[in-house]
Amino acid sequence: MTTTEIPAPARTEKTTPVKRPGRQREGAAWVFLSPWVLGACVLTLLPMAVSLYLSFTDYDLFNSPKWVGLRNYTQMFTEDPRYWRSVGATLMYVVIAVPLQLGLALVVALALKNMKRGRAFYRSAFYAPSLLGASMSVALVWRALFNEGGTVDNLFGTGGWIFKPGWALVTVALLTVWQFGAPMVIFLAGLQQIPGELYEAAEVDGASRWRQFLSITVPMLSPVIFFNLVLQTIQAFQVFTPAFAVSGGKGGPADSTLFYTLYLYDRGFVASHMGYASAMAWVLLIVIGAVTAVLFRTSRSWVFYASDTEGGVR
Amino acid sequence: MTTTAAPTPGVRKPVAWRRIALHLGCLAALLVMLYPLAWLLSTSLKPANEVIASLDLLPSHLEWSNYKTALDGVNDVSVWRLLTNSLLIAGGAVLGNVLSCSLAAYAFARLRFRFRGPLFAFMIATIMLPHHAVLIPQYIIFNQLGMVNTYWPLILPKFLATEAFFVFLIVQFMRGLPRELEEAARIDGCGPFRSFFLVILPLTRPALITTAIFTFIWTWNDFFTQLIYLFSPDKFTLTLALRSFVDASSTSAFGPMFAMSVIALLPIVLFFLAFQRFLVEGMANSGIKG
Repeated sequence: MTTTEIPAPARTEKTTPVKRPGRQREGAAWVFLSPWVLGACVLTLLPMAVSLYLSFTDYDLFNSPKWVGLRNYTQMFTEDPRYWRSVGATLMYVVIAVPLQLGLALVVALALKNMKRGRAFYRSAFYAPSLLGASMSVALVWRALFNEGGTVDNLFGTGGWIFKPGWALVTVALLTVWQFGAPMVIFLAGLQQIPGELYEAAEVDGASRWRQFLSITVPMLSPVIFFNLVLQTIQAFQVFTPAFAVSGGKGGPADSTLFYTLYLYDRGFVASHMGYASAMAWVLLIVIGAVTAVLFRTSRSWVFYASDTEGGVR
Repeated sequence: MTTTAAPTPGVRKPVAWRRIALHLGCLAALLVMLYPLAWLLSTSLKPANEVIASLDLLPSHLEWSNYKTALDGVNDVSVWRLLTNSLLIAGGAVLGNVLSCSLAAYAFARLRFRFRGPLFAFMIATIMLPHHAVLIPQYIIFNQLGMVNTYWPLILPKFLATEAFFVFLIVQFMRGLPRELEEAARIDGCGPFRSFFLVILPLTRPALITTAIFTFIWTWNDFFTQLIYLFSPDKFTLTLALRSFVDASSTSAFGPMFAMSVIALLPIVLFFLAFQRFLVEGMANSGIKG
């Protein structure tokens, strides 16, 4: 498991142009690539272009698209309160779910890190909800547990969170937080790559555990924290199944769980406003792109790559 | 694989307490986390009057009729049919992803061709691309092809390596294989195709297994795509059939509903128990080697 590769491909080979013996080797590469190229063109690039075009039209899937210019966008931003409610719900959900999930994942990973016995067991057991939790089955369980008369109500007297606009969102967020196993596993793998000598040296210098955490663990783990942050944020923006299940497919109560994708589905596939839904999809694409870009930009100040100083350990 | 952070021998003593506390904490956390799953299992066996308003996990008696009702299925479609449908889609997706993603990955990891750098960057970028940006036109395309309400929209894209995450995963793995192997194969007269199938592919097996298992579980759990493309009840998957319980606001058939939920979860649980090492390690490797 030593990885001395450079992430970007072909830095070394790029300098040797077409001189290589076989032209047919290049041909072979395209044969290997052909399914992917076909998929990228027909199922990614072409649809992206089409959806951009459709976002400027009125289209119901049956009649041909009518060009309406920016109307979908202006309607979305100025005349559709439900759109803004879906934006609000999604942002709120991202802000609640992602930090809690990652925080929990990190805490558990730290707890398991130095464990001699039982680590493999805990690792798998904590990971299990990440696989099961994405299913409709578990979403239904969640709905029942947080329902009026459900376990959570019985224990804490909440009176059924899924009926309360302020709490329904929290219920869905908790389902996501519950699935902290996937980022936890990645954290754990990252923690294991931090050389133990660093901690030994810090111990000798008399650094407290907290100090060690701040000065060794966080910087050494920062690329992994960054990776998890980007991945989970992008995923959180697209949450669908749990909201659909918890709210009965409607995004209720009072639109509090009307997540962006739920509303997009509603506009496009229930109300047949494909043009409007396409406009929504493009705004989502831009927002996710922007958020990712911002994360990448800020990462320069807090993500520490060992290769920056040591010349490429990973 | 063992941790390197062994403390100096002198500091050992107090650690025993800490270790016990740690285990107790972990077990308590696990208990809370696994409660919903235990609840699901127990509720699927509870008589109707005990489902709500009872905190007891254990039913007063086991109500197997819940499962009998669940086996009858939804909308006159039996659970066996739903199960077969789910398996068909998941199986097709697994085959497609393993085949197409490994082909693309080999080209990116090992072969040289023009625009490799930009194409690789594009491939990585599509991992972050929200599915919704391509969803509607894809739907229109499949609609034009008369493929809506068939399994093609769910399977065909997997044969075209559209899940870049797996391409990336396999690329990462292939880069770890020694190049000398292919050079030896080339000297022995193997072209790129033979050395791919005979040398590289067998060695890539762990990554392919990871791809297969994740594809299976994700496809099995997938709800959104199935919701959009399938609408006749006899084409439904288990996941989609569970949806009819979502709409009903006051379900009296809690027992059968959760019995069906258990049936729908069973394959994932079995996969998890059988392959958890691959799953956990596959997840870990996907993150840190980038």
